[in-house]
Amino acid sequence: MSGTSFGASPKRKEDPDLLTGRGRFVDDIVLNGMYAAAFVRSPLAHARIKSIDAKAALAIPGIHAVFTHHDLPATLRERRLPLFVPHPTLTSRMQHALAKEEVCYVGEPIAVVVADNRYLAEDALQLVEVDYEQLPAVSDCKAGARADAPRAHLDLGSNIVSRMLSSVGDIDAAFRGAKHVFQEEIFQHRGGAFFMECRGVIASYDAAEGALLVYVSSQGPHRVKRALLDLFDLSDTQVRVVTPDVGGGFGPKGSFYAEYAVIAACAMMLGRPVKWIEDRRENFVATHQERDQYWDVEIAVDDTARIRGLRGTLTHDNGAYTPWGIVLPWISVATVPGPYVLPAYHMEMLSVLTNKVMATPVRGAGRPEGVVVMERLMDRVARELKLDPAEVRRRNFIQPSQMPYNVGVVFRDGRKVVYDSGDYPACQDAALRTIDYHAFRERQAEARRQGRYIGIGIGNAVEGTGLGPYEGAAVKVATNGRITVSTGATPQGQSHKTTLAQIAADQFGVPIDAIRVETGDTSKISQGIGTFAARTAVNAGSSVHLASVKVAAKAKAIAAKLLDVREEDLELRDGYVQLAAIPGSLGAASDNARQVRKSLAELAVIAAGMPGFAMQDGAEPGLESTAYFTATQSTYANGTAVVEVEVDIETGRVTIIRLVLAHDCGRLINPMVVDGQVMGGVAHAIGNALFERMLFDDQAQPLSTNFGEYLLPLATDIPRIEIVHQETPSPLNPLGIKGAGESGTIPTIAPIIAAVEDALSPFGVKILETPITPQRIVELLGDAALGRTR
Amino acid sequence: MSDTRNIAVVVNGKSYERTVDTRRTLGDFLRLDLALTGTHFGCEHGACGACTVRVDGIAVRSCLMLAVQVNDKSVQTVEGLAKRDNLSPLQQAFQDRHALQCGFCTPGILMTMAEFLEENPAPSEAEVRNALSGNICRCTGYQNIVDAVLLTADMLRKNRDTAQ
Repeated sequence: MSGTSFGASPKRKEDPDLLTGRGRFVDDIVLNGMYAAAFVRSPLAHARIKSIDAKAALAIPGIHAVFTHHDLPATLRERRLPLFVPHPTLTSRMQHALAKEEVCYVGEPIAVVVADNRYLAEDALQLVEVDYEQLPAVSDCKAGARADAPRAHLDLGSNIVSRMLSSVGDIDAAFRGAKHVFQEEIFQHRGGAFFMECRGVIASYDAAEGALLVYVSSQGPHRVKRALLDLFDLSDTQVRVVTPDVGGGFGPKGSFYAEYAVIAACAMMLGRPVKWIEDRRENFVATHQERDQYWDVEIAVDDTARIRGLRGTLTHDNGAYTPWGIVLPWISVATVPGPYVLPAYHMEMLSVLTNKVMATPVRGAGRPEGVVVMERLMDRVARELKLDPAEVRRRNFIQPSQMPYNVGVVFRDGRKVVYDSGDYPACQDAALRTIDYHAFRERQAEARRQGRYIGIGIGNAVEGTGLGPYEGAAVKVATNGRITVSTGATPQGQSHKTTLAQIAADQFGVPIDAIRVETGDTSKISQGIGTFAARTAVNAGSSVHLASVKVAAKAKAIAAKLLDVREEDLELRDGYVQLAAIPGSLGAASDNARQVRKSLAELAVIAAGMPGFAMQDGAEPGLESTAYFTATQSTYANGTAVVEVEVDIETGRVTIIRLVLAHDCGRLINPMVVDGQVMGGVAHAIGNALFERMLFDDQAQPLSTNFGEYLLPLATDIPRIEIVHQETPSPLNPLGIKGAGESGTIPTIAPIIAAVEDALSPFGVKILETPITPQRIVELLGDAALGRTR
Repeated sequence: MSDTRNIAVVVNGKSYERTVDTRRTLGDFLRLDLALTGTHFGCEHGACGACTVRVDGIAVRSCLMLAVQVNDKSVQTVEGLAKRDNLSPLQQAFQDRHALQCGFCTPGILMTMAEFLEENPAPSEAEVRNALSGNICRCTGYQNIVDAVLLTADMLRKNRDTAQ
């Protein structure tokens, strides 16, 4: 590392535009002659479409088209939306862009209305008459897994679309010889992403060029492009997908949606640009969510509370189609072991189709659920064996000396889960020290004397980050000396333009403002995956580093020839390649050295070549390099959250008194940005633990479809979050980075639930569900008072 | 279906006269008719606060107000906060305290907090959180926003003290 940007917290390059209204989100883009679209969506969770009549809608002046499945281009009628992650155990179910005969969730697109403007398009929606035959719907995945359940799709043999076993060690022996076995049934619900900018897309088609231009609010334009190439059977250079500023993503903007294909088709068929912007009501029914999981698990421990084995079944609500295959439940299962030595593990996973919008990754992506399972079991062991919950965890931690540690389970990338680095006991100790854990029982006793109920909970997690396959970076010095970094990584608030500039700036010896970072445009770099799964710092960050190192070396090589000096005596500083100041030399000598220099602009001109002249030493043209860092495996971050709460036993209101998160995401590129990511992630966990519940009735009709019915955490609900950093560099990438974007969410749901249970321990209340709302707390207190169990 | 009215309105100090549909929201008027796209819609049912602008100084949700209602009134949007390229103290504090991530909800929060600080120049943290609780931010967990508002109040107070 030659510079000082890495590890600093400069002000963000993104902010001046966003603070003054000069950001550019997809709905801010206006193209000439652009129409607006709106979608007719299924009001029923499961139905057969008998007929669609658009005559009345088409009679309104300013309505240009109403398209149904049968009006779409042939390839879009024949092909279904793409499955990005297939798996041999999966019976995949993919969606038509517009429903053909059967609709399988409320919100499924049936027809599109295209009009002069959105007001007119929405007027016309009411006039498109669809005649349905209602079919029985699957609303609950556990009920749906039964053989006699109605089918989520008419032609399904079973709603169970995948059954997979994860197995490590001899599970029968582990349970046979166990001193104690404890069983729990745990229900978890996650809710949605609810980014503040709803989804949106604009498509524009140039018939003469055969070129499709798409602007989309996404987490990765390259995968959107790939889907469009497949669906419309186009060549690589015919499609350009651009993602401008994105108002939050948190997972679901990483999916490909039916609307994107339909809007592209509209632009092609009508010869005009077409825009569709999702409204919040649509967002509640049509944007992917994370959903219900039922866990039936048991743990075997010896008389010192050391785990011998853990086994059980996970039943996962997949929703109506399988765009992400079995990624979510698989990650959940692989996350359960966490930071603990688990000699035997046997988890059966059932992924069940229901008539609800699809479940795909939301911040944490199945991991928080796995953590809740393990941590609830740890608390149960502590309670039964009358041990301190922190001590039970301490006895089971994987020790730093055991790294790298092979957990034995297979992750969704097909590789064994092998933790690369981390110090789990130290992480928990740091969190406990910060919250003054050892004095808590005194605090609790004192509070109870005052009639107040406070509790504490601990959550530990190990998080696979930096998932492959790669993310690229093209680093270029223009012939005027300007430096540009282009990447397929696509920020939605994660500050890539600042953090990636920091990495490049160090190699060029310039401030970050001298580096232009371009993201989210398929015309700027040919391959890309996108920003999700806490993967960008590791993958794109490493690529920026590798490409910048190459470009810097190239600049030095050319300069060394011109200046007749050795490459190793040169450095890059402020736009020049110059003789490096000799340490300890006097000012005059180093001033002199600095006159022996070449500007990056001059070097870029030479690197670009001159017409008719051979390249120097056959060098590759251009002062530029593209790198695609390919991770060999995930790098594992870890964290401990400790939460102290107070519960009002009259109203069920939970107040978080303190929340400490100690975590290790390797080396920090920008501590300010990491803290911001952690705090936002923690807030998401608080929502998941206490507020957010996407409700459906027994016919899978959504019941919480606005922010009055679905509660997001507000400024009055979130405490000050205390963050403790540990930095164990990852050995798996050149910068020692691990992912951070989900580190606040993953360990934090479990300890909130645990703390509420601990606060209510005088009443014997057990909490085996998330979220836990005030109503539910009051209900559980009432049950406990009456001696009822759930 | 459309009925129109003529309106005269001052937006960020500039006068406009326009003919608008009676059902056009104030937010759409700003975004579509005046191309002031800094005001964002987050929910279109008045719950998230992203579209907040100030009408005659009062913070309002531009998704719930109609354009015809601002006839003869003065509107301020996020574009009107900075003086040329100089960020307002509140905007600067947001950058200094990393109070925004994706930045989509930020314009509404800035407009809400600008009004709040005029009414309560020396707020406690609890008062800031309370005033902020009508705006939803999914990225930040609010802490840095609260800190930025408190920092602004502090700076403005110091500036006033120096001026006196």
